[in-house]
Amino acid sequence: MQLTLGPLQYFWHRDDVFKFYREAVQWPLDTIYLGETVCSKRRELGTRDWIALANELAESGHEIVLSSLALLEAESELSALTRLAENGRLRVEANDMSAVQILRERKLPFIGGPGLNVYNHVALRLLREDGMQRLVLGIELGRELLREFKDSGEPLPEFEVIAWGRLPLAYSARCYTARALDRSKDDCGFRCIDYPDGLPLKTREGSPFLTINGIQIQGGEYCDLAPDIAELQTAGIQLLRLYPQANDMAAVVARFRKTIDSGLPAQRVGLENGYWHGQAGRQQMPGDEVPDSAQAIISA
Amino acid sequence: MDLICPAGNLPALKTAIDHGASAVYIGFRDQTNARAFAGLNFSEDDMRQGIDYAHAHARKVYVALNTYPTSAHIRTWQNAVDRAAALDVDAIICADLGVLDYATRRHPDLPRHLSVQASATTHAALRYYRERFGIARAVMPRVLSLQQVERLCKRQVVPIEVFAFGSLCIMVEGRCQLSSYVTGVSPNRHGVCSPAKFVRWDEEPGGVRSVHLNNVLIDRYQAHEPAGYPTVCKGRYKIGDEIFHALEEPTSLNTLSLLPMLKAVGVAALKIEGRQRGLAYVGAVTRVWRQAIDQLEAQPNAAGDPAWQHELDAHAEGHQTTLGPYHRSWH
Repeated sequence: MQLTLGPLQYFWHRDDVFKFYREAVQWPLDTIYLGETVCSKRRELGTRDWIALANELAESGHEIVLSSLALLEAESELSALTRLAENGRLRVEANDMSAVQILRERKLPFIGGPGLNVYNHVALRLLREDGMQRLVLGIELGRELLREFKDSGEPLPEFEVIAWGRLPLAYSARCYTARALDRSKDDCGFRCIDYPDGLPLKTREGSPFLTINGIQIQGGEYCDLAPDIAELQTAGIQLLRLYPQANDMAAVVARFRKTIDSGLPAQRVGLENGYWHGQAGRQQMPGDEVPDSAQAIISA
Repeated sequence: MDLICPAGNLPALKTAIDHGASAVYIGFRDQTNARAFAGLNFSEDDMRQGIDYAHAHARKVYVALNTYPTSAHIRTWQNAVDRAAALDVDAIICADLGVLDYATRRHPDLPRHLSVQASATTHAALRYYRERFGIARAVMPRVLSLQQVERLCKRQVVPIEVFAFGSLCIMVEGRCQLSSYVTGVSPNRHGVCSPAKFVRWDEEPGGVRSVHLNNVLIDRYQAHEPAGYPTVCKGRYKIGDEIFHALEEPTSLNTLSLLPMLKAVGVAALKIEGRQRGLAYVGAVTRVWRQAIDQLEAQPNAAGDPAWQHELDAHAEGHQTTLGPYHRSWH
């Protein structure tokens, strides 16, 4: 079982990004994904900066992947995507069909991100023909659908699953951070930089529900599949994705690495991912209460 | 410019045709389409009658097959493609690569439209679907500004259809899992968003009503407040100390005032949302848009009838309308 660091979903200061990734290459990871996947207005690092940083990290010997934007609207975003595709060295994670097309037109192998809608083996076959070598399962794809992929008898790509972090649930043209701060998107002031782990959205009664991250909506809670690693392995998952958070990421990685290496089941720290069991994403299984001792590595 | 109208049953189809729809879009009575609601949609017999009625009036019928099947159930979607082809429909509207692939191979002469659920927002994405499946038209997600729609039309990859009126998905369609996060049921897989069987209304003291979706509080209404359907994106939530419609108000898209511009930029077809709506909605909304399109074509510089806006407002969700993403200030 391999460990990957998913792309940073939040907006951080440039220096913090460099510091984070220069530390990350010291962590026991196999693969590091990086790049802006949420909002093209976030320019602490531009596309060229991300490519340069990716090339620098590649010297460490890790597999480095450049992740692309999940929702493209403007011509400038397509140009940036083309620059990513033509980086000349590193594979790209395609997070929408624009990226798939730009990569297949150049006959470049790629990784399918969780933003692609792949629900059946025919879609999987077509994308493999297009050059997809690995699929990061979309959040709705649980163990049952993975079994259906296997039962189809199709040659399969590698499968990666989101094992730690907040689930990416939706994207919009609207910026919800700007809306919450009563600003227009065109004059957003890049205020999402003030929320390095997103902006919590609660129900009217104050229960945690969702997280606002610019134009993206995430689940409110951290999902944690560390206790399920043995089952994931049996199901055919080869890679576990851990999404970056502002604090304690080294501890998160170390915990997963220790669990894999020891072969012993981990105590649950975040919440279970209901989707994996074919349930509602936020559905919790019995005995899923997060122990107080776990709060140390859930920084929010 | 074509006017594409919704019909959830045979009477609605006839109403849409009678009031001037160029084409009507409909679905089978199962999970193969994105309005898989109880009591809605067409039996095969109704579909045949509807298609005959439309063709007798020289109009078209499109069948939406725009949900995403899993491997174990893909035969159901493939059968639906076969049934639509046998019924001689004028096009099918699809999103899934597997469904599109089957239709392209098995029924190459049956026109394929790309559903909004496919989330194709760029000319690169449209090229993918044209090259792989020869799509004849694409429906754009409700995320693009008018200027972005114009750029796409100018590329001429495929003719472009946009939403003109109706309930507004605030998230890019096909990429929203808010419903399944809360209920396990999703527009993509099950053709339903925030399904009614998970909705619970409670009366509280003072005439207050609260509404939960699978035990998540979506909103609470004072006695004087109109209550809306609890889709996750239209609830009121708490951010910091403030409670408000953090994602979107219960409001409808209405682009009537943009109609001349939509035509000028080269939009091929306008879509009216609302297969779940009643005959009064289908009739009134179709008639208003037909009159507006006809007048624009006959007298391009004439002002629209103010009564049109009033009529559309009366049929809008929450009786509020917005220009939505077409207008920058909405973002």
